[in-house]
Amino acid sequence: MNLETVANALASGLLTGLVYGLSALGLSVIFGVIRIVNFAHGEMMVVGMFIALVLFRRLGFDPLLSVPVVAAVMFAFGYALQHVIIRRVAHLPDYMQFLLLAALGLILASGSLVIFGPDAQGVQVAYATDSVALGMLVVDKPRLYAAAVALVVATVLLVFFKYSATGRAIRACADNYLGAKIVGLNVDRLYALTFGVGAACLGAAGCIILLLVDVHPYLGPAYTLLGFVIVIIGGLGSLYGALLGGMLIGVSEALAAVVIQPSLKTAVSFGLLILVLLLRPQGLLGRAVQ
Amino acid sequence: MMLERLFGDLTTAGRATLGAFLAILLALPFVASSYVNTVAIICLYLAFLGQAWNLMFGFAGLLSVGHALFVGLGAYTSAYLFVRHQVPPVIGILASVALAGTAAALIGSLAFRFAIGGVYFALLTIAFAEFTRILVDHAKFLGGTEGLFLPVGATSRQGIDLIHIRGWPAMYYYLILALCLGALLLCRLLLASRMGFYWRAIRDNPDAAAAAGVPIFRYRMYAVMISAALAGIAGVFYAFYYNNLFPEQVFGIERSVEVTLAPIVGGVGTAFGPILGAFVLTPLGESLSALVRWLQAQGIIAKQVRVDGVKQLFFGLAVMGIVLAQPRGLWPWICRRLRLFRPPSGQI
Repeated sequence: MNLETVANALASGLLTGLVYGLSALGLSVIFGVIRIVNFAHGEMMVVGMFIALVLFRRLGFDPLLSVPVVAAVMFAFGYALQHVIIRRVAHLPDYMQFLLLAALGLILASGSLVIFGPDAQGVQVAYATDSVALGMLVVDKPRLYAAAVALVVATVLLVFFKYSATGRAIRACADNYLGAKIVGLNVDRLYALTFGVGAACLGAAGCIILLLVDVHPYLGPAYTLLGFVIVIIGGLGSLYGALLGGMLIGVSEALAAVVIQPSLKTAVSFGLLILVLLLRPQGLLGRAVQ
Repeated sequence: MMLERLFGDLTTAGRATLGAFLAILLALPFVASSYVNTVAIICLYLAFLGQAWNLMFGFAGLLSVGHALFVGLGAYTSAYLFVRHQVPPVIGILASVALAGTAAALIGSLAFRFAIGGVYFALLTIAFAEFTRILVDHAKFLGGTEGLFLPVGATSRQGIDLIHIRGWPAMYYYLILALCLGALLLCRLLLASRMGFYWRAIRDNPDAAAAAGVPIFRYRMYAVMISAALAGIAGVFYAFYYNNLFPEQVFGIERSVEVTLAPIVGGVGTAFGPILGAFVLTPLGESLSALVRWLQAQGIIAKQVRVDGVKQLFFGLAVMGIVLAQPRGLWPWICRRLRLFRPPSGQI
């Protein structure tokens, strides 16, 4: 192992981490506003991957070009889910909402299994094996493009929340639910929008990650766990925290693969998660909850 | 007297229903086919495990989504001692229970000392279960990803040898039935005891319970340790019934979710709910699989449709339906309908 190997692992980890960060943004947005932990996170992302796969197989769409389409489909799904189902369990204790979403995850995963079968399937784009050399770094083109698109989507999202009127209204709901209702915001609609935006994020992340990973129906739980690890390390509900956590986990996984061994990389992530839960449960950039 | 204290709040209808159910269960191996028996063993196994999980979540309010950890520790400990050191499971089970309980005590003390509650606690349990799965994946002495196999001889499925947990299929059936009934009695006993009242006080309002002088930390520790010990016992049964252990299958998060299904459908926080849930879900899932296979044979459903996928889909829909329609579970609903308990019984 030399400096070059480590530097390359760092670079590729950082790029993958950006995609992880985007998917974690979806989890964080939903928790930050609606205070619901989306236990169907990974499965929703896998659904996005399958839609991108079908678009690639049938219409020859590059997964990166499918991002707007899949994001729109997942937005509609998320909006409807919040509006029709989740709203009804809002008065139930936390764990019932958690169970409902876990059940949804089971439904999505087994539905994909019934439709697409158990085998891993991937896309073969023209630039799949190309790479770019930057000094001593050699970066795969798919990873580079994936990270670039993830960064664009994440920026759009952050700008939306920071500057648009709807984004500000959503942040108002998150900060003070009662206050938002008093000033006349349509909280139900804003919640549905938020879940839609979160789901769209997952759809986009699903398309992008399809460039790097083959999809199969059992992939969901692993991504759900990865999402939790990232947002808890970054701080549940913090958008910048999700991106930071994503990059941190991307890098730590890549380094663990080089320094220890590839199959132990997730153990390192879970070790980090346990440490953060114990020492700083609100996450690196999160606010302490009373 | 003891039984009177535990089941005194049952009405005549309640006693008749439970008595009839017990009679059917006791007679089952004599009348049913071996297939039905196998399904019944799975029902009872999930019912027992559901009771273990329910004790921690339903009684004390601590949500675990990592119960596969305790099952797996129990299974691997006894199996390892038996395969590598010829220690019979009747002794190995002590080590299993001790290890599962210790792991629970470790997780519990960390979580409660650092005040990790609610969803964060659930995530902590997942994290420990996954962490352990990956460690066992790499543990050569436990077989790693290739799995750990228990020797099965020509005479393994004959006779009754409780010391090595080897014998007729009916022996496994009565063994898990006894465990299940034992857990039911234990749950009723605990619910009627001071500990049960403390647990429910902590579950419903930890701050108020602490203010009233309930030692929260200690009683939460009791809950996680008893629950994990029971799950460890279930693990020993799993190991010696199936005779092969793979980290992915034993510690996987799917297993932890599976544990929660029966009590949720049956009724979280009730002693009998997990049993009812297991006996509703498992046979329905099996019937559905049989139906799908039959429809495939008739050419109505395509051959490549995965039967296990359809079954999982049904379980997902069942849980979603329960949460939306009857969030307290089936058992409380049936009890109200059939008046199985004398009002105002809170402990069902």
